[in-house]
Amino acid sequence: MLESSTITKTGTRIDIRNVSKHYAGSTAVEDIDLTIEPGEFLTLLGPSGSGKTTTLNLIAGFTDLSAGHIEIDGERVDNIPSHRRGLGVVFQHYALFPHMSVEDNIAFPLKQRKVAKAEQKRRVAEVLETVGLGGYENRQPAELSGGQQQRVAFARAMVFEPRALLMDEPLGALDKNLREKLQLEIKRIHQDVGRTFVFVTHDQEEALVLSDRIAIFNNGRIEQVGASHELYERPRTLFVATFMGESTVLRGEPEWHGTEWTLGFHGAALRGTAEPFSGPAALVLRPEDIHLSSREDDIPAGHQYCPVTITQSIYLGSGRKFELALADGSTGIVRGPLARGAGLEAGDRAFASWRPERGSLLPDTGSRSTT
Amino acid sequence: MKHTMVTRSLLWAFAAVVAALLVLPTAVVIPLSFTDKASLAFPPAGWSTRWYENFFTDPTWMRALGNSLTVGLLVAVVATVFGTAAAVGLRRWANRRAAGVTQAVLLAPIVVPAIVLAIGVYATFLQLQLLGTVPGFVLAHSVLALPFVVISVSATLVGYDDRLTLAALSLGASRWAAFRQVQLPLIMPGVVSGALFAFVTSFDEVVLSIFIKSPYLETLPVKMYASVTRDTDPTIAAAATMIMLLTTAIITIGLLSLRRRKRA
Repeated sequence: MLESSTITKTGTRIDIRNVSKHYAGSTAVEDIDLTIEPGEFLTLLGPSGSGKTTTLNLIAGFTDLSAGHIEIDGERVDNIPSHRRGLGVVFQHYALFPHMSVEDNIAFPLKQRKVAKAEQKRRVAEVLETVGLGGYENRQPAELSGGQQQRVAFARAMVFEPRALLMDEPLGALDKNLREKLQLEIKRIHQDVGRTFVFVTHDQEEALVLSDRIAIFNNGRIEQVGASHELYERPRTLFVATFMGESTVLRGEPEWHGTEWTLGFHGAALRGTAEPFSGPAALVLRPEDIHLSSREDDIPAGHQYCPVTITQSIYLGSGRKFELALADGSTGIVRGPLARGAGLEAGDRAFASWRPERGSLLPDTGSRSTT
Repeated sequence: MKHTMVTRSLLWAFAAVVAALLVLPTAVVIPLSFTDKASLAFPPAGWSTRWYENFFTDPTWMRALGNSLTVGLLVAVVATVFGTAAAVGLRRWANRRAAGVTQAVLLAPIVVPAIVLAIGVYATFLQLQLLGTVPGFVLAHSVLALPFVVISVSATLVGYDDRLTLAALSLGASRWAAFRQVQLPLIMPGVVSGALFAFVTSFDEVVLSIFIKSPYLETLPVKMYASVTRDTDPTIAAAATMIMLLTTAIITIGLLSLRRRKRA
């Protein structure tokens, strides 16, 4: 068990089909449709209350669903109680059994499966080694630090070779340094065991570090599922665009000619192509895609542009960050190498420019992430 | 707020008087039980242990003691099993309003006057031919003891993290295995003190017992009541002293076990 191997695609496939969960008078998740591929590391990402933990609880069987169904490896599990689903779960606050030693905690799932005592001991020792806690068998959970407790919880959820591992903000209670260290360990273990991992977090950086794919939740629905670069470069909703990374948003009413659009933004004439939609639009730009020029003549060829006012210029050593005020009063952000916008100071007027294909024109639903 | 020496001493004196008023009437039976006269005169003129001897050699007293211990132990088991199940179930019940109403019903025997309950139980038991039987006593006393178990187990459940049950389920434990191996050991102090309170409730119950006893089956408090009205024999003081010591010891153990849990 747990021997190093290349990623095998022999893990478990989880299908979530049109699943909804309603509580008296409120909806926790609505019409969730998601396939988790065998051996994949999928993160459910979203602000608190967006339905990501509810979705995890539905997969684990802690909560009954109101509509739709869930399949694990093609088998419907809606009516199978959680103890027979064979999924490992790691909780944010570890949920170690305080009256049992580390060894008894980790042996618990083996004991339920009537594994022989000697075999239990061997597998506990082995999995403790994997999580870097070899020799900790006889400690009590209360004697361990938060990070160590989470490793034990992780070992306990892994030791019975679950079909998939579900993790609900497992690093949420730890400090930043430890969190980053454990992120890399979780990634390593995922690569070693080649099992399906489903991870819940509200921290987009954590999601970027760990995931093969990310499902972005908002208000009980999935906004978009994809690899991190897809979400960042080709967001399908304004919420995704603003939740994943920093962005500058130019709002207006576009005119459409087929898939071509034009947008007047306070004197600037912007244009591009996109799948047409009706209603107001938001042009989303990433900070590293925006150039700054002090004179209109210096704008690189082929760029679109609009006038801005620099409100802050911050030297970051490896580069520079600018905060902008756009013509409509909203704020913008630019990041780039030191040479970009060199000499521009707070209060200066300048031109922000970008290559047209770097902008994403999205329906302006007003649903913008506040983070 | 600052207490001066005077107000502090006044407070202590007042507390001491209240404590004395509470304890002394009970403590009076201790010297009474060691009197050498065949009457309950206080203070006793001479000392002897003959009433203890009498208690332990008289078969009617011993039978009453045996009945009380049997019924008390069975009540402790019955009330603890059902009271624990009720407390755990009430906590898990998603319909909080229904849970609240059910809890009020379960705790009702504490506030309903024993005499009211006794008349109802007497009428019912007459029909069911349970008067003067061990099952009858156990059933009736369990109703009175149940609230104490529910209260004590509910108190420890407040400190129980439900995610531990979810974790156990996800690790392959059935509902029962999760309860048996994870939840029960962690709420054990509440269960144990509930069992002790249940035993004590049964062991010194008089009102209901007088109604449901028979000449062939009476518990110790019933026998004592009969004795004090018939023969005013100081054996009753010896019995009372022993009951007092036993129940005090049990309640102390119960409270200590709850305290230990809170500190942990």
